[in-house]
Amino acid sequence: MSTLIKDNKLTEDPFTRIGVDDAIPAQGAVLVPLATWQDHREKLLRRGEPVGVWLKSDEHPEIIAGDVNHLQLIALEFPTFRDGRGYSYARLVRERYGFEGELRAVGDVLLEQLHYMGRVGFNAFEVDSEDALAELEIAARDFSVWYQPSADGRASSAQLRTELKRHG
Amino acid sequence: MAQVLIANRLSDGLVVFLAADGAWVESIAAGVLIDDDRAAGELLDQGLADADNNLVIDPILINVTVRDGTRTPDAIREAIRAAGPTVSVET
Amino acid sequence: MYRYDEFDQQLVNERAEQFRRQVRRRMNGELTEDQFKPLRLMNGLYLQLHAYMLRVNVPYGCLSARQLRQLAHIARKYDKGYGHFTTRQNIQYNWIRLEDAADILTDLAAVGMNAMQSSGNCVRNVTADHYAGRARDELQDPRVWCELLRQYSILNPEFSYLPRKFKIAVTGAPKDRAAVALHDIGLRMYLNEGGEPGFEVIVGGGQGRTPVIGKTIREWIEPEHVISYVEAILRIYNLYGRRDNIYKARIKILVNALGIDKYRELVEAEWLQIRDGVLKIAPEELARIDAYFQPPAYEQLADQDTEPSQLHDADPAFAAWLQSNVAEHKVVGYAIVNVSLKSPGKIPGDLSAQKMDALADLADQYSFGELRVSHRQNLVLVDVKQSDLHALWQALGALDLATPNIGLASDIIACPGLDFCALANTRSIPVAQDIALHFANSTKLQHVGDLTINISGCMNACGHHHVGNIGILGVDKRGQEFFQLTLGGSSDEHASLGDRVGPGLPQSEVPGAIERIVDTYLEIRDGKDECFLNTYRRCGMEVFRTAVYGPAGPARRVTATRQVA
Repeated sequence: MSTLIKDNKLTEDPFTRIGVDDAIPAQGAVLVPLATWQDHREKLLRRGEPVGVWLKSDEHPEIIAGDVNHLQLIALEFPTFRDGRGYSYARLVRERYGFEGELRAVGDVLLEQLHYMGRVGFNAFEVDSEDALAELEIAARDFSVWYQPSADGRASSAQLRTELKRHG
Repeated sequence: MAQVLIANRLSDGLVVFLAADGAWVESIAAGVLIDDDRAAGELLDQGLADADNNLVIDPILINVTVRDGTRTPDAIREAIRAAGPTVSVET
Repeated sequence: MYRYDEFDQQLVNERAEQFRRQVRRRMNGELTEDQFKPLRLMNGLYLQLHAYMLRVNVPYGCLSARQLRQLAHIARKYDKGYGHFTTRQNIQYNWIRLEDAADILTDLAAVGMNAMQSSGNCVRNVTADHYAGRARDELQDPRVWCELLRQYSILNPEFSYLPRKFKIAVTGAPKDRAAVALHDIGLRMYLNEGGEPGFEVIVGGGQGRTPVIGKTIREWIEPEHVISYVEAILRIYNLYGRRDNIYKARIKILVNALGIDKYRELVEAEWLQIRDGVLKIAPEELARIDAYFQPPAYEQLADQDTEPSQLHDADPAFAAWLQSNVAEHKVVGYAIVNVSLKSPGKIPGDLSAQKMDALADLADQYSFGELRVSHRQNLVLVDVKQSDLHALWQALGALDLATPNIGLASDIIACPGLDFCALANTRSIPVAQDIALHFANSTKLQHVGDLTINISGCMNACGHHHVGNIGILGVDKRGQEFFQLTLGGSSDEHASLGDRVGPGLPQSEVPGAIERIVDTYLEIRDGKDECFLNTYRRCGMEVFRTAVYGPAGPARRVTATRQVA
């Protein structure tokens, strides 16, 4: 059973997922594949409802870099947990394209990866789990220091050391 | 063809063989030796169930030759697994 | 040496606790083996033929006496009383229990060590010249940048699920002892015309089943940009490296497929976006780390005359050791001492806990408590007073750690092979032992001179056979072990891949074939100063092929290998 966690809370998904061949419903938030977005961009924007785009792991988000301000959700798919392209995409979406909406990890998403995903900018995860929230809590507690600056805005250990020196 | 079921134990990784009483033992001599397909299938099923139960990893049937009462796996790899490294280590 | 501060310490402590939880989840069935495997690999824990194996990082080969004592303690408490030093400057324990693994990580953390990312599809332990900071020929000590790269790569959230493993090597000397052209990224420091240090960046080198010499992606980069440039290389690889076939997933395949020019174009475009961002190395951070690598309190000494010729008559064994095992130190009056873990007949790279302790004591007594691990699977005492050399030689000799063979024919690199490794096709240790015993006579060894023999028990090439002057690759032919020879490989600043001599030989014929190759070299070399590699490069394969297979060439053969006892 797949569960959606957003901003550390269990969430009912307000987006209806639309397949490539599905008709776009008149009302309601929709999550569409890239092809649908490209073919029906104007129509989707005219609806005045929230829109999300679902990108497969070989679809570089650069394609929608200019559109991110029109989107409420970007879902990046992990076809297997071993496919790490989504981590780079996430950083680009957040840091380079400036997307501030919901960035959701979908597909083969493992508990053990959530802290990495959080660090590169995901704030929502679709996971297969009975007790996803408890698992997220465990994963979130794993680390309190990081070497790298990343998309979550948390200070790296080098930055913390500099702070410490300045004030310490 | 004579066969035994070999695996690595989850807790310590050591090489083990499935014995007649369902236990996993470290000596190839104490494992079950079977020589027909049906028995082989049953033995493998039992091993796979123990893998699912997190007792062992990767149980497989291997062919062995019995000579003067000693069981030696036919493949070099399995023979080394069963008997340990062929070189003596520094202690 | 770098020492963990509170942040480093907290991170390794938390990592050990995270792994403790993951092991518990595996043991009680919450994680399947498929789910657990990548997690244990990211902590250096493999399942090999006989037990779990733990690979512990020795960051860029630097090790303190205190850490070596802890490695000895781990060997005694959790293993069978020994450890194995590897070609990636790491140490492996062969007999580890899953139940003990988290405790070992905690024990390692107590001395500022870890096993993070010593396996898995991530950035592995950064390796370096084992003489870094000490060699007389060095232009720039690279260790501060190695440490910055270490910190950058550990638990990097973006690059922990790369298409395949990723290895970075660094050198600051013109003589390449770190094999930088055979790594995913090789960094070669040199000084520009203004005397400022910077890096040449080499990309896409590697061994394995598709050996490739790396290509220069950038002739020059300032040190402050080295992390951002590495990030650009990693990001392009992470996005475009193949993921459909693990044998085609290394960066070398991508670089070859795109061509170095296209790859460079992508990397440069990416780098322009990030070069002046947060990864630019801040002077205060550089200074903080650099402070750890300040030289120890050397005495003001004069160079002693340690020319072997002067000492030869008085003590030929000592002279032989000085010639092969001692290297020039950048500080006058000091020397670099290689500790050979290649006593003929022993397992290359293995060291008992008892000898680790003894060596730690010698490091404290003679070398400011600091050691190195070399990629040829030996240890190094980096700061020895020349006046102490004789006493140290005797002490090492008493431990059987003074075989005078560094860089010579019995200083053989060998992977663990089928005696331990789950991937191997053939054994490699017994082959190494046979050959080394063949060259046990030190006079003959010195007479032959520089010659590297590298043995891998399968095409994954952990024994670096592609770059051995003589390479030996174990292959399985219908259940039997055979060994293919290659000639002409080298991992130095003029790196080259070995050429195959011919069909594989059974193990029993390998030492004889090596002997005939060496005898041929001795016959045709252009004087004593022409090493084996140069003779091969001058004369080519044919004369050596004839030496191995006879004038009629390789015959079809059906010979059984030695039976497993």
